[in-house]
Amino acid sequence: MSATATSTTAPAAATGFEPVILGFTCNWCSYRASDLAGTARMKYPPNIRLVRLMCSGRLDPAFVLTAFANGADGVMVSGCWPGECHYIEQNIKALRRFLLLRRVVESMGIEPRRLQLVWASAAEGQRFATEITRIVEEVRELGPLGWGRGAEQAPEVAVEAAVAAAEAAESGEGAPAASPEAPPEAQPAEVPA
Amino acid sequence: MSTGQERIGVYICHCGSNIAGIVDVAEVSRWAGEALASQGVVISRDDKFMCASSGQELIEKDIAELGLNRVVVAACSPHMHEKTFRGACARAGLNPYLCELVSIREHVSWVHTDKAAATAKAKAVVAGGVFRVKEHAPLEPLRVPIHPATLVVGGGIAGISTALEIADAGFPVHLVERQPSIGGHMAQFDKTFPTLDCSACILTPKMVEAGTHKNITLHTWSEVTDVKGYVGNFTVTIKEKARYIIYDLCTGCGICQEKCPAKVQDLEFEAGLGYRKVAYMPFPQAVPKVPVIDRDNCTYFSKGTCKACEKFCPTNAIDFTQEDKEVVVEVGNIVLATGFELFDARRIEQYGYGRLPNVFTSLEFERMSNAAGPTSGHIVLRDGVTEPKAVGIVHCVGSRDRNYNNYCSAICCMQSLKFAHLVKEHTDATVYNFYIDIRAAGKAFDEFYQRVLEEGTVFVRGRVAEVTDALRPDEADQAGRIIVQVEDTLAGQQRRIPLDMVILSAGLEPPADAKETGRLFGISCSSDGWVIERHPKLDPVATMTDGVFAAGCALGPRDIPSSVTNGAAAAARILGRIQQKEMALEPVRATVDEARCSGCRICNDLCPYNAIIFHEDRMVTEVNPALCQGCGTCVAACPAGAISGTGFSDAQILSQIEGLLMLTASGEPRKAVPA
Repeated sequence: MSATATSTTAPAAATGFEPVILGFTCNWCSYRASDLAGTARMKYPPNIRLVRLMCSGRLDPAFVLTAFANGADGVMVSGCWPGECHYIEQNIKALRRFLLLRRVVESMGIEPRRLQLVWASAAEGQRFATEITRIVEEVRELGPLGWGRGAEQAPEVAVEAAVAAAEAAESGEGAPAASPEAPPEAQPAEVPA
Repeated sequence: MSTGQERIGVYICHCGSNIAGIVDVAEVSRWAGEALASQGVVISRDDKFMCASSGQELIEKDIAELGLNRVVVAACSPHMHEKTFRGACARAGLNPYLCELVSIREHVSWVHTDKAAATAKAKAVVAGGVFRVKEHAPLEPLRVPIHPATLVVGGGIAGISTALEIADAGFPVHLVERQPSIGGHMAQFDKTFPTLDCSACILTPKMVEAGTHKNITLHTWSEVTDVKGYVGNFTVTIKEKARYIIYDLCTGCGICQEKCPAKVQDLEFEAGLGYRKVAYMPFPQAVPKVPVIDRDNCTYFSKGTCKACEKFCPTNAIDFTQEDKEVVVEVGNIVLATGFELFDARRIEQYGYGRLPNVFTSLEFERMSNAAGPTSGHIVLRDGVTEPKAVGIVHCVGSRDRNYNNYCSAICCMQSLKFAHLVKEHTDATVYNFYIDIRAAGKAFDEFYQRVLEEGTVFVRGRVAEVTDALRPDEADQAGRIIVQVEDTLAGQQRRIPLDMVILSAGLEPPADAKETGRLFGISCSSDGWVIERHPKLDPVATMTDGVFAAGCALGPRDIPSSVTNGAAAAARILGRIQQKEMALEPVRATVDEARCSGCRICNDLCPYNAIIFHEDRMVTEVNPALCQGCGTCVAACPAGAISGTGFSDAQILSQIEGLLMLTASGEPRKAVPA
């Protein structure tokens, strides 16, 4: 499997880009899965940083947007498997929000693959590590989150830029979030008026 | 909200070399002291073991001398030492909820190999903690009363032990058992290893004690169907299946069983080796001594006639109109002692169980060697009369096998040695043990192994490839026997050993409905299906759900003494709580700011605990803190931001996100957001 076979510490020099992924975890399952991955010394790339919530149901969509606005290249939402929620069924509510949120981020010009959902029980340390590895690989392939113009822009500006880019895309002027001729990190942090 | 007056202390733990081996802890500490000074960090230190008393004293001293009002410890997972560091803060007079433990061990040093990247991540994680702790508010734990009654699910030796410990201490217990009698698997066994105690002789006094104890309410032939509430205050619904026998009138005389004309194979107690009546007690020493009528096989229920039991019952205790009934009980704590099921040996087709008559499972052999069993203790072939001349015992059937279960079933080695001894004792047969390793690590276990060796049992090291009745031409004289094909790894050769009887030491598996049980009680099971402990070493009988404990094989394969110990341990934990009369809970709850609530009612349908109440008169919503479990789903849903979640507030999480993202993957500061 490509996800597991990949080096967990792919040197920055090889690809030039190391993404930062923010992972939201549930206190009862996926956070415990990450504890288990640690205790069992399973390896995964250091590109993920975890936030502990009590339940995936606590995930306010604003958390995800804030993460993107603050420079996360990807966001992982994780929770208990459907039917195994510590709070009976709140992960289903999280799923509902997640599906809507994916459409929202897409409309903002963020590739939906940057926002991923992973179910992991407290026993699934290996699954958790494997999924993180896969997500890091996928986001690394996508490159830095561009916000249409550059990674260093202020969030409000970036949102505007993304909307503008989306509109441009609709009128047939190319992909909204990527500007292939100029990699975003090379761009000056200029702020359009 | 952060006031800008925060004085934060940051402590980076080396955890010996567990963290310091990968993360440059001195660098993280230096960086936090400098880069996070603007966030209120006034001191940043690293220490070999923060959890040691010297580390904790460091925090206490700094709180006193430097006037710290927030503490961030970067060490292991909060599930490990959050309490420890909160305790240190409390001792120094700081509200314990002003402390944040971030994990750089389980989530950084143990899972990453690149030192530079791990150090960068550790810095980000520390920054997340510092940003978060700024938004912490002093909290008081919630105090909840503990109901003195306890629910024990499963009436095997683990459940009985738990129930008796609690009942003897003077507190009520509801003991629920699915079968008509308590006793569990131990009641089926003949002898126990390594002492060769008669299993029934040591178990039945405990069963009687549990059955007659004034503090124990037995619910046999019953199942838990619903669990509501939380630690200290569970409301449990128990379905008592119809016995068709009036409990209070029955004297246990056994006449109904004697007169019942219908017989079926007894798949439960006799493991399929014998038969039982349809009106039956599973075994003579059953507790309670009240039979049940097996509705599915009863002639009256299928054909409408018979009622032989009713005609002969001297106390008119038979009642065919009985229906299942639901009993609701209030308890403060729950112990799951739901035990195991035997691995279905049919799944390993090459071992021939179910196809070759003289291949038996371990449980069948237990019943066969039991004097009260279907063969009256005679070890005979499936025909019921022929004594075997050669018997093979196959270890690790369905265990230590990646095709079935990876784990070791813990009891099979000793059980197989016991079988070897019993076969020798009852017959003149030659006995073979086919093993991978002999695991005889318990008290007096290895001595028992030596004894069985001296008795002349043949040990063949190798996993059995096949058990077959297909003879090769040179085996023509073995007609009617079964051949075990095995690689003898000590002799370094393939062997075909003709035998009359093969006993498969089948492994232990969680009950088939273990996952549903987990869901019902809100606990997690491992991928194998065993209950996950709160901590495998330090909290081995608690689960992640407060107030729900586990004992015995529900936690994984184990022998009788371990099950009894688990039961006593769970009881001790529960008794401590009952005697405190109340316990402190994490104050993670949702609260509604009525001034901001618009009465939109979006949150109203989100709560699975019905903790959200809508006041029609004032058009505002309120959260009942006694019912709220703190998941935060309503907090996330409120469009007006009127609901806040204590301990996991928007401000705390948003601030943590900001902190976590202040560095890039390589540890460079992210460029400041332009004004």
